[in-house]
This record gives sequence, structure tokens and C-alpha cells, in this order.
Amino acid sequence: MFQKLTKLTTALALSTAIAVPAFAELSGTLRITSDMSNPAPRAVMEKMASDFDAMHPNLSVELTVVDREAWKTQIRNALSANAPDVVNWYAATRMTPYVDAGLFMDISDLWNEPEMAALASTKGAMTLDGKQWGVPYTYYQWGVYYRKDIFEELGLSEPKTWAEELSNCQAIIDSGRKCYTIGSKYLWTAGGWFDYINSRTNGYDFHIQLANGEVAWTDDRVRATFANWRQLIDMGGFVEDHQSYSWQEAMPFMIDGKAAAYLMGNFSVAAFRDGGLTDDQLDFYQFPVINPDVDYAEDAPTDTFHIASGAQNVEAAKAFLLYVTSPEVQTAINAGDALGQLPVNANASVSDDKFIQQGFDMLSNNAGGGIMQFFDRDFPAEMASVGMEGLQEFMVFPDNLDDILERLEDARQRIYK
Amino acid sequence: MSSALTEPSKFKSWYRKNDIAITPWLFLLPAVLFFATYVIVPIGQSFWISFHMWDGLGEKTFVGMDNYERLLGLGDQKMDRKFETSFWNNIKWLLLYLLAIPMGLFIALFLNQTVTGIRLYKSLFFFPFVISQVVVGLVFSWFYLPNDGLFDVIMSWFGVDIRGGVLGNPKTATYGIIAAGLWPQTAYCMILYLTGLNSVDPEQVEAGRLDGAKGFRMLWYVILPQLRPATFIAFVVTIIGALRSFDFIAVMTNGGPFGSTRVLSFFMFEESLSEFGFRMGYGAAIAVVLFFIMLGFIAYFLYQMWRDEKEGR
Repeated sequence: MFQKLTKLTTALALSTAIAVPAFAELSGTLRITSDMSNPAPRAVMEKMASDFDAMHPNLSVELTVVDREAWKTQIRNALSANAPDVVNWYAATRMTPYVDAGLFMDISDLWNEPEMAALASTKGAMTLDGKQWGVPYTYYQWGVYYRKDIFEELGLSEPKTWAEELSNCQAIIDSGRKCYTIGSKYLWTAGGWFDYINSRTNGYDFHIQLANGEVAWTDDRVRATFANWRQLIDMGGFVEDHQSYSWQEAMPFMIDGKAAAYLMGNFSVAAFRDGGLTDDQLDFYQFPVINPDVDYAEDAPTDTFHIASGAQNVEAAKAFLLYVTSPEVQTAINAGDALGQLPVNANASVSDDKFIQQGFDMLSNNAGGGIMQFFDRDFPAEMASVGMEGLQEFMVFPDNLDDILERLEDARQRIYK
Repeated sequence: MSSALTEPSKFKSWYRKNDIAITPWLFLLPAVLFFATYVIVPIGQSFWISFHMWDGLGEKTFVGMDNYERLLGLGDQKMDRKFETSFWNNIKWLLLYLLAIPMGLFIALFLNQTVTGIRLYKSLFFFPFVISQVVVGLVFSWFYLPNDGLFDVIMSWFGVDIRGGVLGNPKTATYGIIAAGLWPQTAYCMILYLTGLNSVDPEQVEAGRLDGAKGFRMLWYVILPQLRPATFIAFVVTIIGALRSFDFIAVMTNGGPFGSTRVLSFFMFEESLSEFGFRMGYGAAIAVVLFFIMLGFIAYFLYQMWRDEKEGR
């Protein structure tokens, strides 16, 4: 389904297309509703809107910024009545309800434009039913962020295999620390762990089959995933009482040196730095290999722009999508002082921030298995919510596994009918 | 109201003849209209939606009793475990929330005296009811935090360690939230009793005293019967408060850990309106079940009120 990101580099060589929009005579009003409400993303969105407005004298851009969490439920109302032209959302299965209800516009024709070739690596994530329903504007890697100084103190190196991982973890526990911090109160953090252990144990294809409801949760391969996970839980690898903390509330464990690492998305780096960790103390490694027969698959959630099917100014909306994905804009908005994430356009340049560089390198050269969008975006909504609840319960009471898997299997048989 | 008109019209004379019968309805009309539009009709719509599968966007598919069969485990299906947990949690809420009434009464009796600054004490006791429930929930969730929270520190003096913290342990989480809810609810009951105590007849107290009643007997046989209206209202608001306990759960645990603190109202919200929800039919079915549970209580209250009024006449 997803094309490999290694193609990014080839695309870089092939495509020299420059995104000068072919729509010179845009007029009217372009209404954008965005969920980029955190301070840095908000500044980025506002700048994009005003720049695009300035580029087209006859066009006025109206931007509405909605709280990111609130948007997850508001988008339905926004799209069904008096829809704006352009909206933010997420890639992959998360698009399904809106595609099925005919609220997103099919923009396959836009993807046929020559300048979109540089976005080929993300095309799969934007495709449902063989058509494209939006464009990505940023994505970020997941992986293990760890305290380099603690690793050095204990004489540990970044683990490449599961055996190394377990022996590292034992050494960290022996030094009176926890291997990993996690805050599972809002459940999704546990989904990240499942994504990684499952895809490393059974491979990307199996993981996506599970997400598509083609494999039973009671399958032995799923049990193997949980058995691997349980090794870390039983040795006391995770901080205690994690079900009471949000992901931010779990950060002090690592900042205070009570835990050595955190499986997280790259957005956590800003929070670590705010917490006082320097780049000498903080480093990143790719989740280690568990089953040597399967290739690395990585979580790299993609955030997107879509055109509402009720859009009034489709031409301007399409021009805006091309503008957002153009190499110059991609370079600017994903820079370290803006979003601080990875650009989706192969011709854009990647920020020289050390974590963004490592992530880019990892996703381009070492994610041969495939790119996952994250548990709550790959699995259908209802399965994701039942599933993540089960994952959290497993992390606290691993003995309940049989009961949990049975429950998930019941849910699977009902949901994917 | 009709004297300003100089020309007697046909309508006016008709109205004159029937004004006793019509005027009350005219006064009621706005309320009836709004009540019908915003309460009665939506209840009917909820019933209708509960027979469908609907994601809130596309077409509704009629599925008959399917939602209820899945929810209540009718036929060959098992009862939805989320529903089971929610239902029993609702029962816990109902029973334990009633503690607010005796606690409120106790504080009201304690504060019903004339001491310098009593107004200040009263308002301080009433304070938790004034601040938002969301704030109360947040404060309590910090209070309950494992390791650093004050509650955990106090418990550790007694050698009690609750695994996962009060809110992180599925056995204690619901009780922790109810305790947080009791704080403002007690204040509410207290204010109801304080106003009730103002209207206690001093002559009856005097008479009771002459007959040698004091302490608990005085409270039970002389004061409490006079507080009956206040008790009734306190009972009503507490039961209703317990059944719609939503904000505390949403703020303090979000239904977790692993769904152990859900109640029906939260479950309904989660199924129909939350981030991973939008199963409107199923949510509506939960709403209907909750409606019938509430209806039982409300019918009882209405019956009580009707009986009291008949006696009063």
C-alpha cells in the first residue's frame, strides 16, 4: 500500500519540477479551516495563509483555526453544513468516514500534475478506493528517545537487536532506574508500543492485515507479539502507575533520570528541550530488530490538507494544495524554527536539526518494511479505541491477556462485518 | 388587560366568554412550545435513531432491535461488558452519592449558630459548589496522584499503598471520583438544609424542650420532620446529580483505567460523540436505557410531590 520512502532520494534526482502554480487568475474567497492550533503550527498556518493571499491579488484568504483536539469531533459538522474550501485532517484509514460520506473531494487529477511526482512516497497514505483524497504537508518519525549520558554512564550502546535491548534494559534496572517511561492515561502511547513490537515480530504486512481485520486477535502470531512485550513488562522495564499519567506527565521521569528512554514521536523533542535536556544528553535510536526475517517498519504519522466536496472555490483550493506541497513552502514550514518535522516533498530540504536529520535518514534508508500511520490511524476508529484500552490493560495486568484478546476478537468480528 | 380597547370586536367577546379556560393555556404556550421542541421531540428522535445504524453523516440503516440486543445481551448475545460496568458504576454512584444528604445536614446543623464571622464560614463551606466541577475534578486528580499526591502521602503513613494510585487502580478509581463528587454535592445539600433550618418553628422547638426532648431525639422527632421539604429536594438533586455524573469522569479518568470508571452517560457520550465514536444508533440506545432508569426515579418523585400537595390541601 505504501511506497517506500527510499524513493524519496530517486525522486529528488528525477524531478526538477518547480511549483509555480498554473492558476494565475484566482479570485473570490478561499476559506480554510485548520487544526494547527498549537503556537508554532499556528504561526506557520497563518503565514502560509497570508503569503498565499499576497501572491494572488484578487483572492482573499479567510483562515479559521480550531483547537486541534476539538477539531477531531468538529470536522463532521464543519464539512456537512456550509463547508470551508480547505480543511486539515490525517492520512490513511482516518479519512474513511469522510470519503465514504462523500465529504472529501476526489483530487486524483491534482495528483496527476507533474509537480506531484515529488510526493510519490506519500501517495499510498492518501489513497482510498484507488483515488486520492488530499495532500500531506508534514510527517514525523517515531522511535526511542533516550538519555545518552545514562547510557554512557552504564557503558551501554544503542541496541540493534532484541537481545541487546533486553540486556541493556536489565543493566538500567540494576542501576535503580526504569528502562522506559510512558504515560498511558490517554491510551495512544500504548498503541505506539504495539505498532513497533508487532511489526518487528510479524512484519509490516501482518500488521496491516491485522489493522484491516483480516487476522484474528487470538492468532498465535499476535500472542507472540504480546509475549515479547511481556518480557519488558515482567522485568520491570516500564515506570509504575503509568495509567495515571498523560504523555507529558510521564516526561519528568526521563528528565530527572529515573527512566532512561521514551518511545515517542519527534514532537516530544521540543518538550524534552523545554524540560532542560541538552542535545548532549538526549539522543535517538531506531526501535531494534526482534525478528531478523522482517524488515524495519516505522510509525510516521502524516498530517494532511483536504478539499471539502462542498467547496465553493475549488480552483483556489487546488492551487493552495499545490502551494503547500511545493518544495519552497515545504522547506520553510518544516524547518527547525517552524514545525520542526519532515517535509513531504522530495525536493525540499530537511532541517539540520539532529533529530530531524536522523529521522529523515531512518525513514529514507532504513524503513524497507513500510510506513505505518500509527495505531489509531491505521485501525478503524472503533477497533482502535477498544484495542488501545486492551493494550493499556495488558501493560498493567499482563495476566489478563487471554481475556483481552478474546474481547478484541469479539470486537473485530463485529466491526469489520 | 382588555379595558384599553374601545371597539368591542367579535373575537373579544368570544375571548371574554372563555377567558378562564383560555388564559392559562396562553401563559403556558411559550413554555409548552419550547419544551416540546427541545425536550419531547428530541426524546422521540433518540428512540428513532436507536433503531438504526448511523455514523451521523451518511444514510441511516434500519436495524430494528439490534442495538438493544447487543447492549443488553438479548437473544444469543452476551451483554456488552462496557454496559455492564457502566450500569454497576451507576448503582455505586447512586448509593454513595446519597451520603451527601446526611453530611450536608450535619454541616448545616453545625453552621446553624450565631458566632462572629459565621457568614464567612458558611460561604467557605459553600465554596466547592460555586467552583466549576471541572476544576474540582482536576484538583482531586492531583490530590490522588501516585507518589506525589497528598492522598498517597497520607496513606503511606498508614502503610497503605494503592497500586497505580487511586485513579489508576480499577478497584478504587470509581470510589475516588465519587468522593470528589461528594465534595460539592455536600455543599449543595448543606445550603438546602441551612435555608430549611431558618424556617424551623421556634415554638415547636420550645415545646419539645419543655417536654424534655434534646440531642438526637430533638433532631429526629422535632427538627427533621420540619425539614422534610428540604430533604426531598436534596434527595432529588442528589439522585439526578449521580445519574448525570459526567464531568468528573471525563476530567479525572476519561473512563479509564481500561474503562472501569465508565457510567452510562459517559458511555453514551463515548459511543456517539467522542473522537473514536460516532456510532449514533448505539449511543441512542444507551440514552434510551438511561432515560428509562431516570424515568423510574422521576416518576417516583412526581408521585411524591403530587401526594404531598394533596395532603397539604
